[in-house]
Amino acid sequence: MSTREFVTFRIGDQTFGVSVSEIHDVFRPASMTPVPLSGSDIAGVLNLRGRIVTAIDARSRLGLKPQAKTTPSQPLAIGVERGGESFGLIIDEIGEVVRIDETALEQNPVNLDATWSWVSRGVCRLDDRLLVIMDIDRMLAGAGAEESAAA
Amino acid sequence: MDDLLSEFLTETAESLDVVDVELVRFESDPSDKATLNNIFRLVHTIKGTCGFIGLPRLEALAHAGETLLGRFRDGALPVTPPSVSLVLASIDRIKSILAHLAAEQVEPAGDDRDLIAQLELAVEGGAMTAAAPAPVVAPEPEPEPMPAEEAAEPAAVAEGQGKWDADQGRYLRPGEVSLAELEAAFRNADGPEMREVKPVAAAAAPDHDEERKGGIGANTIRVNVGVLESLMTMVSELVLTRNQLMQMLRTSNDSEFKAPLQRLSGITAELQDAVMKTRMQPIGSAWKKLPRIVRDASQDLAKKIDLVMEGESTELDRQVLELIKDPLTHMIRNSCDHGVETPADRAAAGKPETGTIRLRAYHEGGHIIVELTDDGAGLNTDRIRRKAIEKGVIDSVEAMAMTDAQVHRLIFAPGFSTAEKVTSISGRGVGMDVVKTNVEQIGGTIDLRSRQGSGTTFIIKIPLTLAIISALIVGVEDHRFALPQLSVLELVRAGKRCEHKIELINSSRVLRLRDRLLPLVSLADVLNLMVEPFNENQLASIVVMQVGETRFGLIVDEVFDTEEIVVKPLSKRLGSMSEYSGATILGDGAVIMILDPNGISRSVANVERSVDRLLDEQAAVSAAASAAAAAAEQTSVLLFSAGGEQPRACPLSLVTRLEELDATKFEPTAHGLVVQYRGRLMPLASAGGEIRRKGKQPVLVFSQGESVIGLAVDRILDIVEDVLDIQISDASPGVLGTAVLKGVSTEIIDLGWYLAKADPQWASAVAQLEKQRGRKRVLLIESHPFFRNLLAPVVSAAGYDVTVAANAEEARARIEAGSTFDVVLADADNLLDEPVAGQNVISLSSRTDTEAVPKSDRHALLNAIARAVRVGEAA
Repeated sequence: MSTREFVTFRIGDQTFGVSVSEIHDVFRPASMTPVPLSGSDIAGVLNLRGRIVTAIDARSRLGLKPQAKTTPSQPLAIGVERGGESFGLIIDEIGEVVRIDETALEQNPVNLDATWSWVSRGVCRLDDRLLVIMDIDRMLAGAGAEESAAA
Repeated sequence: MDDLLSEFLTETAESLDVVDVELVRFESDPSDKATLNNIFRLVHTIKGTCGFIGLPRLEALAHAGETLLGRFRDGALPVTPPSVSLVLASIDRIKSILAHLAAEQVEPAGDDRDLIAQLELAVEGGAMTAAAPAPVVAPEPEPEPMPAEEAAEPAAVAEGQGKWDADQGRYLRPGEVSLAELEAAFRNADGPEMREVKPVAAAAAPDHDEERKGGIGANTIRVNVGVLESLMTMVSELVLTRNQLMQMLRTSNDSEFKAPLQRLSGITAELQDAVMKTRMQPIGSAWKKLPRIVRDASQDLAKKIDLVMEGESTELDRQVLELIKDPLTHMIRNSCDHGVETPADRAAAGKPETGTIRLRAYHEGGHIIVELTDDGAGLNTDRIRRKAIEKGVIDSVEAMAMTDAQVHRLIFAPGFSTAEKVTSISGRGVGMDVVKTNVEQIGGTIDLRSRQGSGTTFIIKIPLTLAIISALIVGVEDHRFALPQLSVLELVRAGKRCEHKIELINSSRVLRLRDRLLPLVSLADVLNLMVEPFNENQLASIVVMQVGETRFGLIVDEVFDTEEIVVKPLSKRLGSMSEYSGATILGDGAVIMILDPNGISRSVANVERSVDRLLDEQAAVSAAASAAAAAAEQTSVLLFSAGGEQPRACPLSLVTRLEELDATKFEPTAHGLVVQYRGRLMPLASAGGEIRRKGKQPVLVFSQGESVIGLAVDRILDIVEDVLDIQISDASPGVLGTAVLKGVSTEIIDLGWYLAKADPQWASAVAQLEKQRGRKRVLLIESHPFFRNLLAPVVSAAGYDVTVAANAEEARARIEAGSTFDVVLADADNLLDEPVAGQNVISLSSRTDTEAVPKSDRHALLNAIARAVRVGEAA
């Protein structure tokens, strides 16, 4: 029986999990520079300790409404290193680290929205809620990746 | 990989490059003993090293080549192009074996019997008497130790060492029966040569030093490129941190850190310079292969071509160097193939038989300029023009309007190749556009000058380095961007109280700058930023930029200062956008995007073209106006094709603009396609053909008050001046009739019909307008359907609102129904009674012998209507 550790975080009302090994760091993105003409899921670029990080807006990527402006909390981002590039996935709230038995992972429900099922590796039943295990690579690849993969 | 092997590979690759160059030089001047000696020594070293490391296949080949070279050196064989080709071919084979060796670390399977046999044959050819039976026995590459001979051989070799070839050619050949044995003997003989070979590893042998002295000198070390790269990255980071610190220093008055920070700043700058220098290489190292390429090409093409290289020692960043190597090679091939003519042609043109390709590199203000000049035939403007039209790169209207220089630049257009036949030398027409793209990718520009009959010059301008560039920081709204200084010519302030004013041509902004019209684009528009509509009177900063031959002004809100920025590559998620070339971190820690002048100039191209067109059109209109005095009926007509072979046309005066729009931007709606155009949605209608959904779609733009409508056509053909003489009405909707324009029967489209179809509001807007203008209403009473169909469109096309009645009763019924008409056209031939009393009636007749206006004479008819209208107005 193998168990793995997952970092949980919240986007909208949903709790997601990503394997601890895939996450580089968690940071508060400061002074983000928007990139005109870029896709809607690109929140901008920012400077994280001398590296240029491309920030991905998870809400936009998942087709959710932007967070209400009134929320006082500063945005949070999960830092991921992919192919020598730094990405930041902007999330609403970071949660605890949970240990999950691999066998507890269930397949995506068939009625899941196309984008969601594309970025989801499976669903895990926690005691009080469902945890969607996120495929971070697919999340970082732009919208449209699923269509081209389906074609 | 084994250190020894990798050392050997680097070493040998360098030697082979030198051999290439030297051989070509030697071929042109076989009396040059020094060159030959150099070649000989290099090949000999390669052979020796191969034997030392145990690479039998390479060794055998190098040996055979060396033997032939030995014969040259003795003077026993004349130096002929075929024999030099043979040596070059063996060099190539050695290179390919080396490539395999680098990848797999073992020699590839197979042998080189074929080449060795040819080489041997060439040797025999020179000494036919000595060796008539030249059995082609390939040396089996298997080093067999022959202890018995080992003792004897060193003596032979040692003896040969001094006057080696003279001896070996003569000494060995008569003595040896089997070539295999000869090989084996040599292989063994290489053992004792160790003192010559060993230094390959130690890099301190006299032999090697000698061959290096010309180039690098003794106190150099080899450094792995990776180390240099990481040094560069670290220095880049250091520069950024320095900038940040300096920024902080500026905001704080009088800090104790001031002095040490300034020292740090100075040292950082020096360090940056020094590290940059380590990456610098002479451009000559990218040219090494070129003499060989020119030599091979001239052989293949039976041309005589000299390659002259100047400024080989000009240094530039090795990254840039790598990137221009291929484009340069391609261009040299092109010049050989298409540039320089055959000796016969050259002689006929009164030029020396040998053509010259001149390659020149020099520094100019932070850039390297590479010029490639041939004294060949020059570009054939007509042929390029024809070909470009054929390939659909431009249409005939554009072709007419282009200057020769513009036509020349078409060779950079994608998918364009003028070579009538595809040759092995210059590829298959993927040529110059790829070259251009490559050069632009590194922030360079390429241009050309050509004179038919006297040759072509390509001018490539490339930055010294890609890592750190000087950039102008500009601001739009809340955004800041970096513009590479390379493309910035000057900064201009424009506004109401300034010397320079932004003016409008139609709605395109232009700036009058020293008697030149500069097309302007606003950076906010290019980047699709939502901004307040730009007011021409407000103060604006204009960055005048030059990309290739395109010069344009970029309107920005603010211009900050110039900074040395470290270019960071764009994330793959952003890399597809042509507007940006990278990103950078400013001194204050903010990330900003670096704009790509090439990408921006593409969005300018549309503007520029429409400005050009508008200027042309205005010129045409004013020309037409002056011509109108002479020939009143001449009208400017725009010819286009849409959904068929027959050209269609509409009067140019109705068209507001001609545009080429990106068809991927068209969006379907319930009422058909729309496109965002100048900040508004513009409905699109088709003038007959399919509206494209990708690529460029030519669109005629009509505007009327607030409404704008686009009419998609397949191609814009021409603008002609002719009498618009609409002859027969067509039954098909949307066509007013047919006119013969410049001898071709052309359908004149009914714009109103198309436009009403695309946008119902348009029709009402037009009706509104017509009411305001007081469009005159004409009632045509004509019993004969033929004349009805003939006359109604003519009158309608002349700007009258035509109502048709087949007979007097119908006419009366209409008038009684409340319609009022300014003029009534009555058919005098068939109407028996006075149709409509109290109206302004013109009688028409198909006969010419009555007082009535003849139906066949349109001009008389229209004049009569105009007269009648005036009479009516007066009354």
